[in-house]
Amino acid sequence: MKYLKFVISLLLTVIIYYGLNTKFGSVPPIGKFLNPATGIWQNEKDETITGTVSIDGLKDKVTVHYDEQLIPHIFAENENDLYRAQGYITAKHRLWQMEFQTMAAAGRLSEFIGEAALNYDRRQRRLGMGFGAEQAIEKIKEDPETMAFLEAYAEGVNSYINELQPKDIPVEYKLLDYKPEPWTTKKTALLLMYMTKDLAGSDTDLEYTNALRIFGKERFDLLYPDFYDVIDPIIPKSTDWSYIDVPMTETPASELPLDTISKTIEKPHPDNGSNNWAISGQKSYSGNPILANDPHLGLNLPSIWFVMQLSTPTHNTFGATLPGALGIISGFNKYIAWGETNATRDVQDWYKIEFKDEKHSQYKYGDDWRTADLRVEEIKIKDKAPFIDSVRYTHHGPVTYDQNFMGDNKLAGYAMKWSGHIGGNNQRTFLELNKGKNYDDYVNALKHYTAPAQNFVFASTEGDIAIWVQGKLPNKWKGQGKFLMDGSNPQHDWQSFIPQEFNAHTKNPERGFVSSANQHPVDESYPFYVFNDGFETYRNRVINDFFNSRDTFSIQDFRDLQNNNYNLKAAELLPHIFNTMDTSSLTEEELQILNEIKAWNFNNDIDELGPSIWSAWWRNLHSLLWDEYKVDDVALKTPYDYQTVHLLKTKGDDAFMDIIETPETETAGDLFLISFKKAVKSLMDWKAENGSYNWNAYKATYVGHLLQGLPAFSRFNLPIGGGSNIVNATKKNHGASWRMIVEMSSPPTALGIYPGGQSGNPGSKYYDNFIDDWAAGNYHNLNFMQSDTGTDAVIGTQTLISN
Amino acid sequence: MNTNILNFIITLLLALAFSIFLPWWSVMLAAFVSAVLFSLKGWKVFFIPFIAVFLFWTGYAFLLSNDNNFTLAKKIAILLPLDGNPFLLILVTGIVGGLAGGFAGIFGKQCQALVKK
Repeated sequence: MKYLKFVISLLLTVIIYYGLNTKFGSVPPIGKFLNPATGIWQNEKDETITGTVSIDGLKDKVTVHYDEQLIPHIFAENENDLYRAQGYITAKHRLWQMEFQTMAAAGRLSEFIGEAALNYDRRQRRLGMGFGAEQAIEKIKEDPETMAFLEAYAEGVNSYINELQPKDIPVEYKLLDYKPEPWTTKKTALLLMYMTKDLAGSDTDLEYTNALRIFGKERFDLLYPDFYDVIDPIIPKSTDWSYIDVPMTETPASELPLDTISKTIEKPHPDNGSNNWAISGQKSYSGNPILANDPHLGLNLPSIWFVMQLSTPTHNTFGATLPGALGIISGFNKYIAWGETNATRDVQDWYKIEFKDEKHSQYKYGDDWRTADLRVEEIKIKDKAPFIDSVRYTHHGPVTYDQNFMGDNKLAGYAMKWSGHIGGNNQRTFLELNKGKNYDDYVNALKHYTAPAQNFVFASTEGDIAIWVQGKLPNKWKGQGKFLMDGSNPQHDWQSFIPQEFNAHTKNPERGFVSSANQHPVDESYPFYVFNDGFETYRNRVINDFFNSRDTFSIQDFRDLQNNNYNLKAAELLPHIFNTMDTSSLTEEELQILNEIKAWNFNNDIDELGPSIWSAWWRNLHSLLWDEYKVDDVALKTPYDYQTVHLLKTKGDDAFMDIIETPETETAGDLFLISFKKAVKSLMDWKAENGSYNWNAYKATYVGHLLQGLPAFSRFNLPIGGGSNIVNATKKNHGASWRMIVEMSSPPTALGIYPGGQSGNPGSKYYDNFIDDWAAGNYHNLNFMQSDTGTDAVIGTQTLISN
Repeated sequence: MNTNILNFIITLLLALAFSIFLPWWSVMLAAFVSAVLFSLKGWKVFFIPFIAVFLFWTGYAFLLSNDNNFTLAKKIAILLPLDGNPFLLILVTGIVGGLAGGFAGIFGKQCQALVKK
């Protein structure tokens, strides 16, 4: 009997141990997780921001002052110490996020999430993210100084990881039951690849190929023009390009492969973009140039940005950093300010690869066969055997699509050529900008920069303003890279790059301001081939009209513009609809809603009904108009909104207006009416379920935790207006991820805010404490400390010393 | 002092001490050792270590969370899901620890019974 009791009690004990120590599905190992001594209860606190910490490798003492926003102001004696401290301090507040983003870039999420992430990981591997990061590291090695800073940063992160007690590791590790691994220089390169993919990893070559085959060249050119009838490019139209004296690439006389492509990989968010602008002293209320930047990215917690001040005796810099990368990315120092928007240039092209046989070890190039290298990608999966996904590499790049991945042809595949694979020392650009003193320093810093191509806005205390469209950009023949190309034809290769000094730019233009909002960089007079790969057409015109409208502008004007909710797209289409739509068949309810939208002033403000009606109406109209695009097993991209509006207004009886599934032949006027009735119905359904469809409730902006928006760690229903194609580009889960305004006084004064908080710990009051102010359009004064003498604004000081 | 109180106090003290350097199962070890040293009878075999660990874990969790306005507890109580109620989360924490202690107590008692003769 007592043996039986013993065995039963042993079994029970083992079961309870196993049950509380193991992760079941999404339920964390509950005993470990809830243990007050080592589990999540230990994360129930703010970070320590006082005391002295010893860190391996420091040469001198480093002082870190925290202000009330928990912004660290780092004062180091030399640059090596500075970047070591940046690594340490960033890890202290954002370790889980830093690692998660680089694991995502490398295609390693399956290691701790499990099989659910396998497809994501395979996609990352097939895009050559790891390959690109390795190429970048090879390139950076040619620059020992930058490499040494990268290593110091990595060691700084690792100093933090090494001192971390199990009880103090971030909540997300406890939730998913894994541990941080050491940081490496490659992880910094992977982080930069993550940004490159997000911003320059989108292209529609394969979708365009399908469209060209289905609709023919004439219709294609109508749907996807290189330039619209109205554009307001980044570099003013009047710019003289006659100094560009290199030959353009000749268009080869050859056929493009018109394959049918059924499916393409998921693209980055189409609204990834940004605004930036700067005004000259003449246009400024104070005589000092003023610069602004607001990058539009996914709205996540922890935020993509971490704000810091980085200072040595020779430079003093402030602004937004990317956790994992060195230096300030969008910010200012004592002399200059800078910020970026995405250049949206086509730097990703696709080549059809013809393999010699099913082994795929050789592919056709010219009259010969070339060897396709094999890169074995081993994807480790939590609680499962690893998945091996070998990817062939041609001289173009990785064969992303083949019979093993979204393809069915045994002898063919599609290889990607991408500037993200070239290898560049992009990190150096930011390190030099951090130290820059004038326009020449800025121009020299940009020369290292390859990808993702960005519009770098600039202003200096000397009074200069400028903007450069910078990236390593292929010098393409007219039409090159718009469609799938022939990978065996050497003439289809990228032939050369646009010499850096001929990248489009403007310094101190006559109009007294520079700006960019992801629109066309140049007009047709620029000699190099630029085609429309999704340039924005609304925000830029609102911004430029604003700065053309008056002689001088104040800081308040800048704030108002960043928070401007004017919906130019609606303003350009709705009056036309109101004038042409036959309203005789509308019901009373429909008429009431029509009157509501007619009363709208085209501002996407939170308490308006108009933006919600417009949003529902546009969605239905778009879907009816482009019903021709609903083709099974063919990847297609509908035309961009500007051209859609243009066609609705000017070609109302075009064959595209017809709804295929009805026997009647519809015109634009019919589409307006049918889509309006559908929109009213969907709004009424929405109202029955959720109440008033004011823009605030209807849009329901949220900032989601990086782990698929885990509701517990996210913030919902934020009262903020704006929307797609609006200067305040805040959509449901995407928008102004950092807002900065810098006046180039001496020293500069600046405002900044982002939708998040400095701490990555959901248990800290600093985790999301900026969000309400951000939604309300408020800013924080950025405290640009001029020396390491602590002031009243300091809430805590930490001293880092050498071991 | 009676065995019940002794067991209770020793379980609590050992759990506190072990938690400083051992993972979550330190409470199981504490209850086990205490059960071997101070043999209990009937339902108390389970219940006394359960109460000891329950009090330790709820008390400790409350102290940590109360200091921080229950900021994280409220979020974890959405995650688990416990309706966002931090006190329910503290209760669950206590029960989880209590169960671990209780079963380890039963096992300790049976081991002690096995070697006694």
